[in-house]
Amino acid sequence: MLELKNLSINVSDKKIIRNLNLKLEKNKVYVLMGPNGCGKSTLALTLMGHPLYKIKSGTIYFDNKNITKSESDKRAGAGIFLSFQSPLSLSGVSVFSLLRTAIAGKKDPLALREEIEKIAKQLKIKKELLERSFNEGSSGGEKKKLELLQASILNPKFLMFDEIDTGVDVDALKTMAKFMEKNKKGKTYLIITHYNRILKYIRPDEVLVMMEGKIVKKGDYKLAEEIERTGYAKL
Amino acid sequence: MQNSKLNFDYKFGFSMPENNVYKAKKGLNKKIVEDISSLKKEPVWMKEFRLKAYEGFLKRKMPDWGAGLSKINFDDIYYYIKPTEKQVNSWADLPKEIKDTYDRIGVPEAEKNFLSGVSAQYESEVVYENISRELDKRGVIFCDMDTALRKYPEIVKEYFGTLISPYDNKFASLNSAVWSGGSFVYIPKGVKLPMPLQAYFRINAERFGQFERTLIIAEEGSFVHYIEGCTAPIYTTASLHAAVVEIFVKRGARVRYTTVQNWSHNIYNLVTKRATVDEEGIMEWVDCNIGSGVTMKYPSVILKGKKSHGEVLSIAYAAKGQHQDAGAKMYHLAPDTSSRIISKSISKDGGRTSYRGLVSVSLGAKNSKVYVSCDALIMDEESRSDTYPYMRISEKDCEVQHEATVEKLGEEKLFYLTSRGINKSEAETLLVNGFIEPVVKEIPLEYSIELNRLIRMEMSGSVG
Repeated sequence: MLELKNLSINVSDKKIIRNLNLKLEKNKVYVLMGPNGCGKSTLALTLMGHPLYKIKSGTIYFDNKNITKSESDKRAGAGIFLSFQSPLSLSGVSVFSLLRTAIAGKKDPLALREEIEKIAKQLKIKKELLERSFNEGSSGGEKKKLELLQASILNPKFLMFDEIDTGVDVDALKTMAKFMEKNKKGKTYLIITHYNRILKYIRPDEVLVMMEGKIVKKGDYKLAEEIERTGYAKL
Repeated sequence: MQNSKLNFDYKFGFSMPENNVYKAKKGLNKKIVEDISSLKKEPVWMKEFRLKAYEGFLKRKMPDWGAGLSKINFDDIYYYIKPTEKQVNSWADLPKEIKDTYDRIGVPEAEKNFLSGVSAQYESEVVYENISRELDKRGVIFCDMDTALRKYPEIVKEYFGTLISPYDNKFASLNSAVWSGGSFVYIPKGVKLPMPLQAYFRINAERFGQFERTLIIAEEGSFVHYIEGCTAPIYTTASLHAAVVEIFVKRGARVRYTTVQNWSHNIYNLVTKRATVDEEGIMEWVDCNIGSGVTMKYPSVILKGKKSHGEVLSIAYAAKGQHQDAGAKMYHLAPDTSSRIISKSISKDGGRTSYRGLVSVSLGAKNSKVYVSCDALIMDEESRSDTYPYMRISEKDCEVQHEATVEKLGEEKLFYLTSRGINKSEAETLLVNGFIEPVVKEIPLEYSIELNRLIRMEMSGSVG
């Protein structure tokens, strides 16, 4: 469903990702691990179409279509979603109005509202968070939950979760991971993380280890456990 | 200063044929001032007031501290146009081209749905006026200024020009010399209007100057919300709008004055607005400047009674070729007074916004509270925003808060929204509407929808 061919990415003229080849399949959960600065977030932001991340060479295929040059809104429309590592706040814009704009024309606003409220309940998101300025004064857990809420409404095919488990307490993590597990059918997940704890609730099909912009090792969930014990240095 | 191409999306830029009853010769001189007064059959004191003001206008220098006004050619403007023989109180009785104009703007529709009274000025005269019968019975007066001068000369003489003198500034002098139309609102003691009154100002002719004059008197414990809207056709030549608004808020009364200014980009909008507030009274200006080429406007509140309160909530939007030089003035003259200024400005495609404000707390205005917050949003590298906040605090025992932010529309915020499938121009609109939301929520729903729509139109017009 997603295929990267010889992908090289620069951020302000610095090479971050070099000649990356990767194929991700439908209905699978992937975990991407690696030391800080190895290029995990760069990869996620590039796949989402961030304008500051320049693709130097290579191609991105999504559902067999070349999307290397598509803009982020088009990629979202095609079914790509990114749960941001540090979701920003938007004054005067509620998650309601954000999603209403995103989904405009595709769903009746009242039905959309009901659906948002239903999912918010499942994710244990306080109702007032839906009305007020997006993420303003919210805790880490609340912000990450709103990312999941958006994912659920937008219903993408390929979801990247960039450190959804950082800055989140144990209860929130459990709620979110279970929600992700429950809704994974028919989707492809790419979970970017440093830790094992989320993997207790959602078992990956494949663990990818990235170092210096390259995938250096692949394995099953045991690889993640090994890294937790011994670190990256021994790989 | 203007470029009609940029106004491509301006919905009200159409013009109608002129079937005027009277049109003064182009340019301004003493005779024209006298003619306007004679035509209106005014009392001698008003004619003298006008002539004094005209002298003041000639003597005063152009203000050189704000927006650029050097291109105004006072000789190339018509100062008085009478569009119809008499005023009517039924839309059907208006000449077709005028009725069509208001239909297209949507005024009769709004009147039916949520207004207590409507007045519609076309060129120099109010051509339509109506007030709900019930309010009429309760002694509320809502009529044009010329009618007020005829029917209620004592009240007019008592208040007219006392808050904004005919020598106040060059454009107040000009207005005082050639004023015509505008609203006179009188709310008796204790009467609270359930729905707003609306005045609608339309300029149709080219190279024209509109100089309406508004006077609002809210007696003790009364309440009125007055709304004004304005539009004009797009011409390649400049027109001038120089209004004067004086408001008297008596003890415990409250007046809210909302402006949705949407002039076409060939208009110089130079307006003087001032209110005086007695004990425990409240004055609120809600001032939205979206249109015009140049606007200079600083609604003022004189807090002269104990515990009185003043507010100016404003939005300014400047696109290419526009300069919105707007702000507020608050004068705290009595103890326990409070004021709040919230200004939100947006500049885009080379547009320029300036916030210019003055807060003055006089010695003896103990325990006064001042809050000023001005936020500017700059959409791109070509656009500009400046802040000129002046504070004159002579009383030690007072609390002053001032916050100012300048924000560039962030790439990261746009990326976040587009990553949710929202296209770039929708994302910009969403962020801009979010930015002005604290002010928009103070505006009646019907107008906030209109305002959001306007912003959307302006944004997409300049993007697409």
